[in-house]
Amino acid sequence: MHKVFSRPSSLKDKPFRYCPGCSHGVLHRIVGETIDLLGVRDRAIGIAPVGCAVFAYDYFNIDMIEVPHGRPPAIATGMKRSRPEAIVFSYQGDGDLAAIGTAEIVHAAARGENITVIFVNNGNYGMTGGQMAPTTLPGQKTTTTPGGRDVRLAGNPLRMCEMLATLDGPVYIERVSVDSPRNVQNATKAIQRAFKNQIEGRGFSFVEALSMCPTDWGLTPKQALEWVRNSMMKYYPLGVYKDIGSAQGVKGQERMGQV
Amino acid sequence: MPKVLITGNEALAEAAVRAGCRRYFGYPITPQNEIPEFMARRLPEIGGTFIQAESELAAINMVYGAAAVGERAMTSSSSPGISLMQEALSFMAASELPAVIVNMQRGGPGLGNISPSQADYFQAVKGGGHGDYKLLVYAPSTIQEIVDLTVLAFDKADEYRNPVMILGDGVLGQMMEPVELPDITPKTVDKPWALTGAKGRPGKVIRSLFMLPGEDGALERQNYKMKAKYDRMCEHEVLCEMVQTDDAEIVLVAFGTSARIAKTAVHLARVEGIKAGLIRPITLFPFPEKIIAEIAGRAERFLVVEMNLGQMVEDVRLAVNGKAPVAFYGRPGGAVLAVDDILSAIHNCVHGKEPEKIYTGSE
Ligand SMILES: Cc1ncc(C[n+]2csc(CCOP(=O)(O)OP(=O)(O)O)c2C)c(N)n1
Ligand code: SF4
Ligand SMILES: [Mg+2]
Repeated sequence: MHKVFSRPSSLKDKPFRYCPGCSHGVLHRIVGETIDLLGVRDRAIGIAPVGCAVFAYDYFNIDMIEVPHGRPPAIATGMKRSRPEAIVFSYQGDGDLAAIGTAEIVHAAARGENITVIFVNNGNYGMTGGQMAPTTLPGQKTTTTPGGRDVRLAGNPLRMCEMLATLDGPVYIERVSVDSPRNVQNATKAIQRAFKNQIEGRGFSFVEALSMCPTDWGLTPKQALEWVRNSMMKYYPLGVYKDIGSAQGVKGQERMGQV
Repeated sequence: MPKVLITGNEALAEAAVRAGCRRYFGYPITPQNEIPEFMARRLPEIGGTFIQAESELAAINMVYGAAAVGERAMTSSSSPGISLMQEALSFMAASELPAVIVNMQRGGPGLGNISPSQADYFQAVKGGGHGDYKLLVYAPSTIQEIVDLTVLAFDKADEYRNPVMILGDGVLGQMMEPVELPDITPKTVDKPWALTGAKGRPGKVIRSLFMLPGEDGALERQNYKMKAKYDRMCEHEVLCEMVQTDDAEIVLVAFGTSARIAKTAVHLARVEGIKAGLIRPITLFPFPEKIIAEIAGRAERFLVVEMNLGQMVEDVRLAVNGKAPVAFYGRPGGAVLAVDDILSAIHNCVHGKEPEKIYTGSE
């Protein structure tokens, strides 16, 4: 019999303890498959954030580290500069990356560190019980915006792909979603691309995945899908925000002195 | 070996390089800028890494990443910057990662000033971040000692898998003295715990979080494992200089820059016929409490001298444990002690009725 589906060797044989409908499991799987596919399990090092995905270290069967909230890009920098042959990726939530760790991600991107960043935008702080995140939509209810996010009081959401794309450092920035089989396929391609770039020494690659947190959104998984499609995608359009590797690629690389 | 005339900051940086440190991450702050500036020149020459980080938060976390993949890494800063590093230091101690952190202290609290100070003693020796942990803390008092202790710091960090702090101050960083820079072959240490990629083996994890299902009690056990390490440090790593303590009636206790000044005051007191001596802790953690306790059995009184409002004095009092009165003389806010002031504190102590009174500096 021909086996068409199996667990990637970069993941442990362990059931995910994420909530039903949570996107972390899907994204872990894509990352695990990508590491297998590109044959870099031997030299991959993953950085778990503080957030629901802190337990990534318990799911990936590769070398992993768990670090302070928001600092994975700095950790990744220290690792990659010390061990250029390592394939270093951070996996971060929106609180981790876009609030407490904004400085670290912006500067790692600006330096054009040759690392891969997976950014899980689920519009709230999953782990701590659903408080407002920097990515919480205007009007969205969370436990700390009980009347809906009032941008006059709580500020406006951050669009990280758009912000980082203004920098000269990154080579690849894309926003994806994992709400449908088709989008999962696109997300897979993007994540593969983000790792390939690093393997080929191209530089900083960033994939943002619009993700579901049905538990803290107080929605069923089905309603949560609708929220991603009808609300999040409007504010956070999917697509490629920067891609120096391809079309105008070589030029961008030369500018960064990284060829 | 020929001696070179060099500032404390540069001597420290060169000693780190000779000890095998190839990764330096830092953020500018006076009075230690000569360290990153030196590293920015020196490390690229020898295939090392220098990064000017976006903050001390980033700098210490870069050190953390480099340490996790098995490198000898360091950062340096001064008081406010070291405050920003405390979270990561707690994580690194819990994750059992070696690194060297330099604090060339300046006047505080707050932005304070850029004058030398010793007001970060508590932060350095009591585990300045959250949770039960310790750093091994060295307090050099000469530039030669900065060199020697920096080399030792890298070895001990690896040996104990724990961050090590070198606690200097603005005087030690900026001052020039002739030193011998040793030619050393850095110790190569086996680091089977380092993250190198899981070639032919299951993935490894470096972490400080202990709350997986079935891990009840794991964090408590980790704390006891760390405590056993700190106990071993207390057993084996205490360094302390003693000056004329054998027959001393009044024993001064001081570290770093204060100890240099106190040493002169002790000599002047001896010239006057006062039997004074000095204990100079070189490791602040572990603290030379046994040595102090032993001397407390024969000395009449102690005088602790610090460039702060009285921090190490608490540890001296614990060590003396009521066997003799312990007075304090110090100045906060970046004020440097004068020999004369220490000498008059000695006089007060010896003749005064209230040896435990806090003597303030004369302005
Ligand atoms: C310094 C610090 N501040 C706050 C926390 C508490 N905390 C844990 S997870 C988290 C938010 C995580 O949210 P996010 O990054 O969006 O991840 P998610 O759980 O949504 O995947 C916070 C604030 C912490 N662990 N450390
Ligand atoms: S709380 Fe939200 S982010 Fe966390 S596991 Fe549950 S669904 Fe996922
Ligand atoms: Mg989140």
